[in-house]
Amino acid sequence: MSGHSQYKPKSNFAKWLERRLPIISFMYDSFVAYPTPKNLNYLWTFGAILSFMLVAQIITGVVLAMHYTPEVTLAFNSVENIMRDVNWGWALRYAHANGASMFFLAVYIHIFRGMYYGSYKEPRELLWILGVVIFMVMMATGFLGYVLPWGQMSFWAATVITNLFSALPWVGPSITTWLLGGYSVDNATLNRFFALHYLLPFIIVAIVALHVWALHVTGQNNPTGVEVKDVKRDTVPFTPYATMKDGFAIGVFVLLYAWMTFFVPNYLGHPDNYIEANPLVTPPHIVPEWYFLPFYAILRAIPNKLLGVIALFLSILIVAALPWLDTSKVKSGTYRPLFRKFYWAFVAVSIGLGYLGSQPAEGAYLWIARLLTFYYFFHFLVILPLLGRREKPDPLPNSISEAIDNRGASHA
Amino acid sequence: MKGDHSSTPQNPSRRDILTLATSAGAVTAVGGVAWPLIAQMNPDASARALASTEVDVSTVPEGQIITVKWRGKPVFIRHRTEKEIQDAQAVSLKELPDPEPDDKRVQKPQWLVVIGICTHLGCIPTGKEGEYDGWFCPCHGSSYDVSGRIRQGPAPNNLEVPNYAFVSDTKIKIG
Repeated sequence: MSGHSQYKPKSNFAKWLERRLPIISFMYDSFVAYPTPKNLNYLWTFGAILSFMLVAQIITGVVLAMHYTPEVTLAFNSVENIMRDVNWGWALRYAHANGASMFFLAVYIHIFRGMYYGSYKEPRELLWILGVVIFMVMMATGFLGYVLPWGQMSFWAATVITNLFSALPWVGPSITTWLLGGYSVDNATLNRFFALHYLLPFIIVAIVALHVWALHVTGQNNPTGVEVKDVKRDTVPFTPYATMKDGFAIGVFVLLYAWMTFFVPNYLGHPDNYIEANPLVTPPHIVPEWYFLPFYAILRAIPNKLLGVIALFLSILIVAALPWLDTSKVKSGTYRPLFRKFYWAFVAVSIGLGYLGSQPAEGAYLWIARLLTFYYFFHFLVILPLLGRREKPDPLPNSISEAIDNRGASHA
Repeated sequence: MKGDHSSTPQNPSRRDILTLATSAGAVTAVGGVAWPLIAQMNPDASARALASTEVDVSTVPEGQIITVKWRGKPVFIRHRTEKEIQDAQAVSLKELPDPEPDDKRVQKPQWLVVIGICTHLGCIPTGKEGEYDGWFCPCHGSSYDVSGRIRQGPAPNNLEVPNYAFVSDTKIKIG
């Protein structure tokens, strides 16, 4: 992780380069010699899967931008043109649209893995916060991209989301007008959303670089939550061990991605988005993309506009406060029997909120959504702080290698 | 003392003054550059140009609602029936989340003119639906009455009444 590089330049060119820009030794130390805990499970491959998805989205996005027109009278048809006329356009667009879903699927697994194994705890607080920032920029990017095809869902998503800001007292309406560049969602809105949708992924790349940098300073967490004590006994080099495992996991993930893209490309979409945007008609049942549903349920659960919007933003921001809300010294859920139960309850509540977000906001749905919204915040603000003080954790292994040896012994 | 660099709040040195003046200049310059970069996102002159719309309502029968487009937004013009007018006027202000008497919202009681945008998150409510037979917003379930006032649901305000005037008995100029 630190100290002198193990890389020794051999060729004359490498020696010449090393003295001027030590990029080869930097890459070598980060992705070849870098020590990874030897007990990492497959949940730890999602960082690599996410990197892969980010690159896939940027590449498909850049080529789609070569055929897309961000103008209200042309946008919808330019997307149909991509689907019908552009060589391989249908594949590129389906790969990009489903790529967004796969990206969010991977990021949710990545986040919930961090929550289970306490990956946000000291000294990885900043690493975690950077991750939450990436997640928020991802959400913004996903939303902006969804507006571009200029279908009915695009238009009304843009209207509802920009109107969230109108809930702010005093400045709200002016901020909404400023975001829209007009008094309603129109050409100015579409044009700037396209510019920002192209920009934000590169901002994500920059924050990911910081995220990986912070990761390489603290080192990876691992399923025991016990820090690396002896690099020789507790770790294996990134290459070939992590490289191969990540590569295999990416391969499996791509199978699912390809299946979505080629066999059920519209499964996660909404038919209404194949109707061109109409500012005078709101579709009877508007729902966001699946990856926003839990937050949408929280917004609708609260019967007051401003408080609903505040709850929506807090439900995301509160995740960044996890390092301070979870008071337990023990990182991994593996050694926290009580935490495990609450963890799975929280997972169930999150999925439940997602389901409720897809249903109409009325009757029993609304009341259950209110209950689950309450529990969502209760988990962060009451359960986690108390649990750390009350719970008696199981004994921790002394080291990663000891945990592995014991596991072998108990199976023997 | 000449050449003395020590400074106190009471007796600032020449360098302190220069640092402050330079910083103030830099802040002004950054602000000046940022201003157009931020302001360009506001509605441009063509969007600001207050286009007004004239509507002939003589063909709208009693009980019907028409939707016209004004500044990119839908405006509902509702020809209210005698019963609807009475219902709207009979409501006690205490029942209303955003209290406003009906006669403050109309110029002629049989014509209600409101901007057709839900004050919650901007969807377009559907007419003659919901518990109060005014409008119902399909997005998040707000109900408005026949005066366009919010009665139930997450929307905080009544449907907005735009500036309008009757140019003649059957012609309305919006804007």
